[in-house]
Amino acid sequence: MNGERLHQVRVRTPEGVSFAFRIASPVLRAGATAIDIGVVFAVWSALAVLVSLLKLVSADIAGLVATVLYFLLSQGYIIAAEWMWRGQSIGKRVMRLRVVDARGLRLTFAQVVLRNLLRFIDALPVMYLVGGVAALLNARGQRLGDLAADTLVVWEPAEPVPDFAVLQGEKYNSLRTYGPAVARLRHAVSPAIARAAWNALSRREEFEPAARVHLFAELAGHFRHVAAAPAELTEGLSDEQFVRNVVDVLHVSRV
Amino acid sequence: MIVDLAKFVAQEKPRWERLDQMLHAIAQDPWRQLPVAEARELELLYQRASADLARLATYAAEPEARGYLENLVARGHAEIHGARDASGRFRPVNWFARTLPQTFRRRWRAFMLASALTFVGAIFGGAALVFDPQAKEVLMPFSHLQGEPSERVAEERAGRSVELDDRKAQFSGMLMTHNTRVTLTAMALGMTWGIGTLILMFYNGAVLGAVVLDYVTAGETPFLLGWLLPHGAVEIPAMLIGAQAGFVLAGALLGGERRPLAARLRAAAPDVVTLCFGAALMLVWAGFVEAFLSQYHEPVLPYVVKIAFGVVELAALAWYLSRSGRERGTEVNP
Repeated sequence: MNGERLHQVRVRTPEGVSFAFRIASPVLRAGATAIDIGVVFAVWSALAVLVSLLKLVSADIAGLVATVLYFLLSQGYIIAAEWMWRGQSIGKRVMRLRVVDARGLRLTFAQVVLRNLLRFIDALPVMYLVGGVAALLNARGQRLGDLAADTLVVWEPAEPVPDFAVLQGEKYNSLRTYGPAVARLRHAVSPAIARAAWNALSRREEFEPAARVHLFAELAGHFRHVAAAPAELTEGLSDEQFVRNVVDVLHVSRV
Repeated sequence: MIVDLAKFVAQEKPRWERLDQMLHAIAQDPWRQLPVAEARELELLYQRASADLARLATYAAEPEARGYLENLVARGHAEIHGARDASGRFRPVNWFARTLPQTFRRRWRAFMLASALTFVGAIFGGAALVFDPQAKEVLMPFSHLQGEPSERVAEERAGRSVELDDRKAQFSGMLMTHNTRVTLTAMALGMTWGIGTLILMFYNGAVLGAVVLDYVTAGETPFLLGWLLPHGAVEIPAMLIGAQAGFVLAGALLGGERRPLAARLRAAAPDVVTLCFGAALMLVWAGFVEAFLSQYHEPVLPYVVKIAFGVVELAALAWYLSRSGRERGTEVNP
């Protein structure tokens, strides 16, 4: 066990490229579990009405069906869901979580069953205390069921296909005439800041006018400081257009 | 190095979308097997996407396309390199006739350990009752076992079992689910390096030993056999199989091989799951028998019939686990 928590696990493929799994936080996992418990409760409430109709035939048979059906639903729902939906239950779908094989391979049925059967001790003594402590102590956030099945629970934020229309790349970009500024920006701007600027441009319509002006002023101030471009290159440009030009040179190399 | 990222994305996007589409279609059916042409196309698209990701990796300030491609490559990698069950779709008859008994035999040492622990526990429970009859309260914490065996036998003969007449099915359901929970807990406790499974098996043995001794010394052996054998002939082996699964898990945790922990657990997982499903299936049968047969005693049902039924079950189970699915030269112990 390693006390230092990892935020992502990188998997290297035989093709020589690597991809990252983002480890799901305990809070997201608890949220998904709460939703799944709610789903079982809701489905059972509906089924219980149908089962109660069996009492018209035999109260004894209705009792048997109710006992066995509830057991199968409470234990089998997550197994069935994770197997049919590639590592996702309804709770995990809502929270954008997925169970994956720790080596990035396809989940096997045995893995799905084993990680869920071990909930019998992960849930002990109350409210997943054993599993929660195990996940907090484990660098990859694995509860005992995940350790036994060699699985991870990962967070999958939406990854839309990039839309380059936000750059309005057909417009003249004065920054491109000054190579050193472009080089400095590409060297010094982190992917996180580049992403933030991209998001600001693609979601500009969602902001209140005052908030939008403030946001682009902040971003432009940062980029002006990094680029250290001659004043005449940025003269007359609004903050938003300057940010657009910076994102354009960060993402697109034109010849 | 990508000269123009926008152009690159525009060129590759149709292939990425096609790969996305194929992966989505595969995800809809976990048992689907691709036709050869489709499998080849999938592999080509995946390799192309991998190459695109490698080219994009040089572009540090492009998190959007990279994130999208990483997700695509991760899903493709799982499909292309993922371990698939060679037999494709699940075949219940094959699983029952071959997979389960073969797995049981492959892991027989773990079953023997569970049996030995139960046996030692039974001797301890019996001995404890002989040396300290007051230990009965602790060893048998069930109200119907607290009294004198002869009194209970007299009650049963007087027709107490009739009380169950209108709720036998419900009672069988309770037995099935409760026993399955206990058995799966015995398996799950294997994750405590087997210590929890060991304690549970010893405790179960102690209770069983105390009950057996109590009834035998009271001269109620025929009642005991008639009561326990019909369902116990399947229920007790099922619990031992649950513990067997726990010890297989513990064995993988403790090691003894040079493989890493994750690889050992990964190798043990299919056997653990097979044994658990086998035990659960046996407990469904035992639940029905206990509710519909075991609770009826003489004069309603002669002991000899119940004992004969239990012996036949035990013999059939022993034959099934030791002989079914046997293939010469193909069974290898891990």
